[in-house]
Amino acid sequence: MSHRARVFLAATAVTVTLAACSSGGTGDGGGSLVGEGTGADCTIGSPVPVGAALSLTGAAASYGESQRQGLELAAEQLNARGGVEYELTVEDDQTDPRQGIAVFEQLTADDGVSVIIGPTLSNGGFQAQPIAQEEGVPVLAISNTADGITEQGDYIFRDSLTEAQVIPQTVAKAKEVYGAQSAVVMYSNDDAFTEAGYEVFAQALDAEGIEVAETLEFSTADTDFRALLTEAKAADADLLVVSGLIEAAIPLVTQARELGIDVPIVGGNGFNNPQLMADAGDAAEGVVVGAAWNSASDNPENTAFLADFEEKHGSQPDQFAAQAFAGLMLIDTAVRASCSGERDAIKDGLGTIDGVPSVLGELTINDARDAEHEAVVQIVEDGTFTVLD
Amino acid sequence: MQQLLNGLFIGSIYALFAVGFALVFGILDRLNLAHPAVFAASAFIGIELVTVGGLPFWAALPAVAVVGALLGLIVERVAFRPLKGRADAHFAGLISSIAVAGMLIALLQWRYGAETRRFPADTFPAVRFDVLGAQVTLLQVVIVGICLTLVVGLTWLVARSRLGRGMRAVAENPTAARVLGVNVDRVTATTFAISAALGAVAGALFAMNVNSAQLGMGSAIELKGLAVIVVGGMGSLPGALVGGILLGVAEVFAVQYLGSAWRDLIAFALLFGILLLRPQGLFGGRRARQV
Repeated sequence: MSHRARVFLAATAVTVTLAACSSGGTGDGGGSLVGEGTGADCTIGSPVPVGAALSLTGAAASYGESQRQGLELAAEQLNARGGVEYELTVEDDQTDPRQGIAVFEQLTADDGVSVIIGPTLSNGGFQAQPIAQEEGVPVLAISNTADGITEQGDYIFRDSLTEAQVIPQTVAKAKEVYGAQSAVVMYSNDDAFTEAGYEVFAQALDAEGIEVAETLEFSTADTDFRALLTEAKAADADLLVVSGLIEAAIPLVTQARELGIDVPIVGGNGFNNPQLMADAGDAAEGVVVGAAWNSASDNPENTAFLADFEEKHGSQPDQFAAQAFAGLMLIDTAVRASCSGERDAIKDGLGTIDGVPSVLGELTINDARDAEHEAVVQIVEDGTFTVLD
Repeated sequence: MQQLLNGLFIGSIYALFAVGFALVFGILDRLNLAHPAVFAASAFIGIELVTVGGLPFWAALPAVAVVGALLGLIVERVAFRPLKGRADAHFAGLISSIAVAGMLIALLQWRYGAETRRFPADTFPAVRFDVLGAQVTLLQVVIVGICLTLVVGLTWLVARSRLGRGMRAVAENPTAARVLGVNVDRVTATTFAISAALGAVAGALFAMNVNSAQLGMGSAIELKGLAVIVVGGMGSLPGALVGGILLGVAEVFAVQYLGSAWRDLIAFALLFGILLLRPQGLFGGRRARQV
């Protein structure tokens, strides 16, 4: 592993040096990426190269495609604004972390980009980000929610909220709306993601003073939850809190409603999926789940985004598109902060983002390089996610 | 009360699945390990019939049974018939049926992918009753009804009909049956077809019941099916019915009192307990089969 890594780094270093020698105009080799003026008046001579490593094929292809659409819209709008031009290169990591490494290598070395957006999945991020960190290329993650993504290095940022950020807001909202005093918690105890989600839920419930009447564990392979749900029902709590993947969520929600559990079901990120309504039907009504982007928000950035996206792509954007769009806009803010498209300038600029209006709401990058903004708590009503309030 | 009913519903599906196992085992003395694959395949095929074919649930179920019967004939022809003359036919058939199961699952994955599939939400009317404080859906009542009807019907078929007499003759002694004019190959094939049709219906009902069908659903129920036929008495049809329901109820109470992780442990502890107390199973008569 370490041997391979060393060989690989040596190879990258060689290519970078070659690239720097042969073309002074790209990457951080040339001086033309530094412009004049500040903020909105900033003018930079040569286009700022931005790379995006997205999963355009493979299992996460539908997410990657949304992200590509969001980025293209953002690039188009920024270039029309003038002053600073962005040259967007989108590469496909095929939902494969190994391919992601190759894409990061290509973007940092061959294309000499100033900043990388992506990759689509956290798994890929963990594998590929060290390459960018090593080369001093800032990375902005636009959809990764796993713990530890930004801990990989001081060049790694993200604009997507983690479960640990969304769940406490979800629980607080559920308490506010339903006046919940007690909850039954169910989670699958053989999956790292759902177990981590459970721990955040447990802390949030404790912080809100909601009594946990019962904690029930199940397995990710379970499909028949009736015995557990019968117990959950007997506890007669105000909420049913579930940390599980969508595979478990659908049968669990269906069977809960069959057994006559009519209380709100509060889910983690695994429940934030329109498949829930498609497959559980009426049973999904009353499911409460937190999300990072409020599609119904009426802030000016968001209303403009909805209309522009619809016009350019002929469809409604989803959360992935919104976070991608916000990502490139944040990079623009970072570039204009010191009017420079160089790698270190963008890194410093991203770190200073504080209360910037975006489609996600007012967004701040904190000291841990994670985004902070208000989450939205949604409830399923009439077969769609609507804002709970 | 609710838990008892939960056990009854899941147990009746186990029973239907196990009866298919028991039929082939009791009559032909063969263990058909492709049965779980037929169970999984029929769930996916049933979902496709409803979503793509637009069939209502009532029509899809018999269609699934027919598909299952065809799969049973294929299994018999591919995995068992070529080996029937061998001295180790029991064991060879067991292995070759595992191979067929693997192929079936691979075909399913190729056709449907690895994702979980479901019947559309409105396939069955979501009617709910309140029975002695317990919640029961119409679907569950229908499932128990179908399972009981099929198992009782099958028992009658074996005991009373001409085909059943042929089956029992083959079970007793295939060579003698052939001498007496029974078409042994045809009886064997029919037995496999009926067995697989029952397994197929069980698969579709199971997917309906838990609102989810996965490639691994067959292997999840396989060991339970084996436990049921051992508990009930190898090859005994009423034994498989009672054993299935017993296992369902035991599992539900294990989950209630000990937790979900104990589900399988309890099921198999029950198996060993009964084997110790009653080695021939609940309904198994001691077979005096002379060599």
